[in-house]
Amino acid sequence: MPMLEATGISKAFGGLAAVSKVDISVNEGEILGLIGPNGAGKTTLFNLISGAIQMDSGTAVFEGKRISGMKPYQICRLGIGRSFQAAKNFDGMPVHQNVLMGALFGKKGQSAANASKIVDEVLDFVNLNELRDKMVHDIPLASQKRLEVARALATRPKLLLLDEMMAGLNPSEVGEAMELVTKIRDSGITIIMIEHVMKAIMKICDRIVVLHHGAKIAEGAPQEIAANKTVIEVYLGEC
Amino acid sequence: MIYKFNFRKDVQYIVVAAVVIFFAFVPLFGSTYTLTLSSTIMMYIVMSLSWSMFSGPTGYISLASGAFVGLGFYASGFLSSSLPLPMLMLVGGLVSFALAAIIGAVTLRLRGVYFTIFTFCLVELVKAVMTWYEIMIVRKRGLNVRNFGTDTAFYAMLVMVAITLIVVVVIKRSRFGMALTGIGESEDAASHIGIHTTRTKVFGFAISAFLMGTVGAVRATMLHHIDPGSSFNMMFSFLPVLMCVFGGMKTFLGPIIGAAVFAILQYNLITEMPQIYMIIFGAIMILAILFMPTGIVGVYERVINRIKKGKSKKGGTDDANA
Amino acid sequence: MSTVVNIVIYGVIMGGVYGLIAMGLTLQYGVGKILNVSHGEFLMLSAMTSCTLVKAGLHPLLSFLICLPAAFIIGFIINITIYRYLRKVSKDEATFESNAMLMSFGLYFILANIGLKIWGTLSKSYQYYSYPVKILGATIAVNRLIILAIAIIFIVAFFIFLNKTRIGKSIRATSQSTTAAAMMGVKINRTMAICFGTGGLLAAAAGVLIGMALSPTAQVGLSNTVIALIVVVLGGMGSIPGAVLGGLLIGLVGQAVSFIDSSLVMVANYLMVLILLLLRPKGLLGR
Repeated sequence: MPMLEATGISKAFGGLAAVSKVDISVNEGEILGLIGPNGAGKTTLFNLISGAIQMDSGTAVFEGKRISGMKPYQICRLGIGRSFQAAKNFDGMPVHQNVLMGALFGKKGQSAANASKIVDEVLDFVNLNELRDKMVHDIPLASQKRLEVARALATRPKLLLLDEMMAGLNPSEVGEAMELVTKIRDSGITIIMIEHVMKAIMKICDRIVVLHHGAKIAEGAPQEIAANKTVIEVYLGEC
Repeated sequence: MIYKFNFRKDVQYIVVAAVVIFFAFVPLFGSTYTLTLSSTIMMYIVMSLSWSMFSGPTGYISLASGAFVGLGFYASGFLSSSLPLPMLMLVGGLVSFALAAIIGAVTLRLRGVYFTIFTFCLVELVKAVMTWYEIMIVRKRGLNVRNFGTDTAFYAMLVMVAITLIVVVVIKRSRFGMALTGIGESEDAASHIGIHTTRTKVFGFAISAFLMGTVGAVRATMLHHIDPGSSFNMMFSFLPVLMCVFGGMKTFLGPIIGAAVFAILQYNLITEMPQIYMIIFGAIMILAILFMPTGIVGVYERVINRIKKGKSKKGGTDDANA
Repeated sequence: MSTVVNIVIYGVIMGGVYGLIAMGLTLQYGVGKILNVSHGEFLMLSAMTSCTLVKAGLHPLLSFLICLPAAFIIGFIINITIYRYLRKVSKDEATFESNAMLMSFGLYFILANIGLKIWGTLSKSYQYYSYPVKILGATIAVNRLIILAIAIIFIVAFFIFLNKTRIGKSIRATSQSTTAAAMMGVKINRTMAICFGTGGLLAAAAGVLIGMALSPTAQVGLSNTVIALIVVVLGGMGSIPGAVLGGLLIGLVGQAVSFIDSSLVMVANYLMVLILLLLRPKGLLGR
């Protein structure tokens, strides 16, 4: 049984279908890539799964529990973490406190001592330990993106939704981000990632889903996707 | 939380505690005028502290203070003949708490600007309901309130200042306070790391309403007679905002300093030239937002930091963002 | 029957005036993200000035020519001074939005008390076509009908201004996306200042109309701001047609409820918006 199974998810904004009848599932231990041109509905799909907005129709089931209709905080506590495309860190707090927030609130009844232990672990894991006392706006973009991930990791998720964590990074930073993603997977966390950096997607994903105009147009292993005619037409052809 | 003592930050709490203790002795030597002025200052301190407790970290600007203070007024108006002062305060607080919880539950789900509009209209609404009640049901304008004596009112206010200070400090250091701050910094991120944002906001708003309701109840006993116009007064809604903007709403001392300054200004100016006083209010408000976004406390910290710059680099305080 | 006609006619008249006020408010918010709590004070200052001028011998319609340009200029200047500076020093849109609103409280204090200082708390009024006529069995003062006619003229003129003129189009573009409009060559700062000024002008127009028949005092500002806010939330924040529709609705409901008990109008308005927000948070015509 897949870890997360969403069937027939649809969402329209003012009559315009942003996501229509999308089926998506991810197996435990997998890295699933989610690609598609701008406006294809990728982030909307993340918002629907994580409960930021409610779906018009369809269901999402996570580890046997129906999560459609739940609030974001409930979904988070069940074990789905997410990062945001435009970094949404707590700008008024230092780096370590950003992570602490995730650790404290991510699981119900987390003790303070336990939470600060998680902070140390996570900061180590994502290599942000040297910047731990800096304020968010004093650290570079690549680190801010890592902090997004760190905050989500601190909630101790089983499934992590990563929204364009490589956008705006230079090639060497992209390499580091790729390493981080594989490292997260190796630590036992399943991942769905939205990404425009093709090189990264093709290399680290086990499976890829392609969205176009809100609908799923292809699904398969990276090589299959790279060879798929429709995909090349709507997406890769653009590059 | 694990907390490290930090002299520069914690000395302010000690100073404030000392001032509160000193105030306890004022009735021994102060005149009635001093006592009334002090009671007003203390009422404003409670109002601005409890306002900043919620609106400071979350950024949701509430203009309902006038409604909560007014409910406190009327709790005393209805019950002062039969209940002792602490009970009046409790009732005033609880009614305000309940109203805030209802309004918050509906409007705090929406964007901040809706919340402000609704709280703004709430004062007029409660005033309208109360006026209707007096005209149509009891057919008598206003209510008389029992006076418990200047000293009693003074000590009641002092107790509320102490309680409010404790509540503010405890919340600031608690998980609940962190959740409020998280909501203000980035509500989306907060909800996705497991914070029940709506419940946190509603509860925070209701606690601040409770505190305002209690001081409203005390205030009414100092006035002998109340009516909807004097109770549900828009000025009570604007004042805490102004005091906090002037003093610095994200700091601990800012709301206290702002409240003291404006209470004293008000006492000295309002009887002789009320309009001029209000125009000065407005001008201060605009200038404070433009030129001291972190309030007078922020300005002070910046000056101190500049003086210390030779010794060490700029500290980790967040005086750059308001 | 005549009661219903009365309620409808008076409701539409008040609706037109409310629509005018709310259009100004929603324009200032929709384009410049300034929730202007001092909006009603523009109305008050204009109503009182107009009454004073008419008492001194000016024709009521001519007072438009003084109050409207004055309100526009004051709004324009306020925008290019304090609001432009605030926009420059704000770190992001959300900070600007909340500080802009706080600053309008300051403006409210200043403008409201200038009014009180000049005129005190007594009401002003003058006689202008104040004799009644009968329409469908209802008795209506002629000046109310004039108010309605002028309000409609202003609303229609404003729609034409937004849709047909170059500056109107740039206003609509800016309200959609400031960044995109700037890239298309719209002068953002100037557009915003014009919007703020126009908002003040619309409030001033409503002010002159109120002066014609409703004996304003220097204290009418705040209550009109409250009504405008309710209308704007009802119609959808930033939506100009929404403001007109919301104005009509609030006007009609207000007249209907005040036929039962005038002190319950505010309660009815508030409950209406509260219920609407639960069902449709964007307002009737909100995007």
